[in-house]
Amino acid sequence: MPADFNWAIGGEAGDGIDSTGKIFAQALSRAGRHVFTSKDFASRIRGGYTAYKVRTSVDQVQSVVDRLDVLIALTPRTIDENLDELREGSVIVYDGERTTMQGVEIPEGMVGLNVPLQSIAEEKGGAIMRNVVALGAACAVANFPIEHLDSSLEKRFGGKGQAIVDNNRKAARAGRDYVNENFDHEFDYDLETTDNDYVLLNGDEAIGMGAIAAGCRFYAGYPITPATDVMEYLTGRIEQYGGHVVQAEDELAAINLALGGARAGARAMTATSGPGIDLMTETFGLIATSETPLVIVDVMRSGPSTGMPTKQEQGDLNQMVYGGHGEIPRFTLAPTTVAECFHKTVEAFNLAEKYQTPVYLAADLAMAVTEQTFAPEEFDMDAVEIDRGKVVDDDTISEWQNEKGQFKPHALTDDGVSPRSFPGTTGGAHMSTGLEHDELGRRTEDTDMRVEQVDKRNRKVETAKEREPWAYREFGDTDSGNLVISWGSNEGAMVEAIEFLEEDGVDVRFISVPYIFPRPDLSEVINDADDVIVVECNNTGQFADILEHDALTRVKRVNKYNGVRFKADELAEEIKETLSQEITA
Amino acid sequence: MSSDVRFTDFKSDKQPTWCPGCGDFGTMNGMMKALANTGNDPDNTFVVAGIGCSGKIGTYMHSYAMHGVHGRALPVGAGVKMANPDLEVMVAGGDGDGYSIGAGHFVHAVRRNVDMTYVVMDNRIYGLTKGQASPTSREDFQTSTTPEGPKQPPVNPMALALAAGATFIAQSFSSDAMRHAEIVQEAIEHDGFGFVNVFSPCVTFNDVDTYDYFRDNLVDLGDDDDHDRYDFDAAKDKILDASKEYQGVIYQNENSVPYEEQHGLDSNMADIPEGAPDDAMDLVREFY
Ligand SMILES: Cc1ncc(C[n+]2csc(CCOP(=O)(O)OP(=O)(O)O)c2C)c(N)n1
Ligand code: SF4
Repeated sequence: MPADFNWAIGGEAGDGIDSTGKIFAQALSRAGRHVFTSKDFASRIRGGYTAYKVRTSVDQVQSVVDRLDVLIALTPRTIDENLDELREGSVIVYDGERTTMQGVEIPEGMVGLNVPLQSIAEEKGGAIMRNVVALGAACAVANFPIEHLDSSLEKRFGGKGQAIVDNNRKAARAGRDYVNENFDHEFDYDLETTDNDYVLLNGDEAIGMGAIAAGCRFYAGYPITPATDVMEYLTGRIEQYGGHVVQAEDELAAINLALGGARAGARAMTATSGPGIDLMTETFGLIATSETPLVIVDVMRSGPSTGMPTKQEQGDLNQMVYGGHGEIPRFTLAPTTVAECFHKTVEAFNLAEKYQTPVYLAADLAMAVTEQTFAPEEFDMDAVEIDRGKVVDDDTISEWQNEKGQFKPHALTDDGVSPRSFPGTTGGAHMSTGLEHDELGRRTEDTDMRVEQVDKRNRKVETAKEREPWAYREFGDTDSGNLVISWGSNEGAMVEAIEFLEEDGVDVRFISVPYIFPRPDLSEVINDADDVIVVECNNTGQFADILEHDALTRVKRVNKYNGVRFKADELAEEIKETLSQEITA
Repeated sequence: MSSDVRFTDFKSDKQPTWCPGCGDFGTMNGMMKALANTGNDPDNTFVVAGIGCSGKIGTYMHSYAMHGVHGRALPVGAGVKMANPDLEVMVAGGDGDGYSIGAGHFVHAVRRNVDMTYVVMDNRIYGLTKGQASPTSREDFQTSTTPEGPKQPPVNPMALALAAGATFIAQSFSSDAMRHAEIVQEAIEHDGFGFVNVFSPCVTFNDVDTYDYFRDNLVDLGDDDDHDRYDFDAAKDKILDASKEYQGVIYQNENSVPYEEQHGLDSNMADIPEGAPDDAMDLVREFY
């Protein structure tokens, strides 16, 4: 286990928790440390407990753990909410002068640092800076040079003028000095810095960035937690590349706008979460039948219905694999880390256009709101390749016309992929429809043509299965008979869980699967293993069901659906326990 | 675009399966004439159709076209136009498609004011599902699902459009061929969302709103020298006048600025680089 440091700030929504946490996370990242952030937030704007947690190490960090070293508690509830994670020796920074904090009890064995955050802030220019005073105090405890806060304070407040930036810098230093001068406790944390340059971003941002890199120029969406960040990221940026973001009147309009953009030839995308996917499902079938390339991002949250809008779950897998009436050829990709959100988005656009299908990108709340540090080379723009598939132009179109000169957008081909002509192409005019159609795109109820078109559309999936890598990521001991499989954002927690398990003498082979449909064939590795556990954030084990079906065998399951992502140490315990259990049918 | 395009170039070689006498024939012919008259050709035209008898229009016309799902043709059309403003976009559908399941999109399409033309083939009935009440059916109109009439007042599409901030509102009658084509042409030429409600009689299921009824009751605003289409209040009075059926351009906003112009959309978004944009690393650097 790398020596890591876990820090959190918690209070009421509206207390500036998010921006304070972000300032600290950014400072750590700029100081060459790896960072992994997570958020606890309630579904309300003001009031209600909210926290921003930062885990940092000089090594890459990929998950949260069940431990807090320093907690900045702006409300008494912050302490209660985090009791499980506080340990002997954990430091709690609080402002005992504030009425809400009066009489607050610091639990046995922990170190309470009563810092008059508010008065210090007022002295330095305004009570609003109390969070920054607290950051300074935390720097003192963590032995983290305060200068590293400066550039992130600049980034955060630069727009408000130099005076504000300077005041904040002073406030941070005052917080640090207060701790150094008033407490003679020895804190044995030492956040060393490195010369590495990292970038810090979350999954939604990585998806948005991937979309722009991949040439997406048209985005239509309707706000929904936790997918809204994708839209907010693209707004203001995509225009610089000649693109456009539309806030539609609802998800039905969003996906239909995106469909229109795609038919016009743009790389188009929409992003939503579960309830929005429900609304989009009718059009999803049309997209597949009309063979329109479209990327649909589902940033999953707890369902069903409105469920727990701000909580983690991976419950929409079946919807993405099976959803829609009739049978719908599609692709479903599931990035496993924040960086993979970028790469899989680029891949999603290529798959969509090469095979003229809708592509689901299955992200989840834990990944979408988590910020993680990466070396910038992980987002290598030079490596981005764009494959628009079989597009015909004025010169090549005649190969795809019938004897009357009519274009065949649904030509029956061996690989199932037909030509595409963007509107404006001479001689390419054609109709696209959700009705069953012939090669020209015209409605048909001819029984043979129906079968041929269904087969043709499904052949694209077969072709893609052969041509594309559908690779998986593998970790741990590849010879181990203990096989763990997961998908989506569970990878990070599981990778770290492997180390905890090793410490306990348990070896595991871990396979992280970024493709849900199609997917790599794991039946052999599953059948060769002694024990197979599928880890996912849902109750029924949707991916486990799919794998059981593929491998014709039973697998064990570790499921979490309380709304909180897996933590590495907790997951290691669960794996250990599950390995010792028999499968109950 | 070529000047020698004839309206028949917009005709496909599929024979319509509309009932003989259906108003949709005339509605479609007028649309094709208007497209040809405005100098468009099939390769730069995109027609989006809804679902219903009316929605079959995309099959009988020849152009780039999309046949959407029920009620959602308007957002598809808007998406096409935003992604490639060079295209001439026309959306067509029925009164059920547009004012019932698609009513929300109608209101928002109107206020979005994308430069396209929306033709509603209003037969005051559901044709394709064989004769149920539509939102424009009369309050006492007996149908298979409303044996005693819907007992709700009909939607007034033009009032809805006006309230939502429409910049062009017109009404025509499919069998008054010349006028209908003229009005659709004006809608195409309008800078912004050109909305035309077309009386397009269903000869099979609607024996009230018939050709004879419209012939007898239609008042053509073209003959009414007093009507100033740029006068909002005058338009409002005509639109709220339940005693008459009007034909012509009822309202037009001279100051209409289409969505694309307001948002600076002037490029064909189909044109993208072969890899990531040259300065894409700037996107990464933002996260330092
Ligand atoms: C989601 C959905 N609901 C219902 C239908 C069935 N449906 C098809 S057309 C139609 C009504 C068509 O009426 P209108 O728009 O007035 O067109 P018309 O056939 O009269 O031209 C309905 C309800 C459908 N296709 N999709
Ligand atoms: S049912 Fe009515 S609307 Fe449909 S084709 Fe026949 S006449 Fe036209």
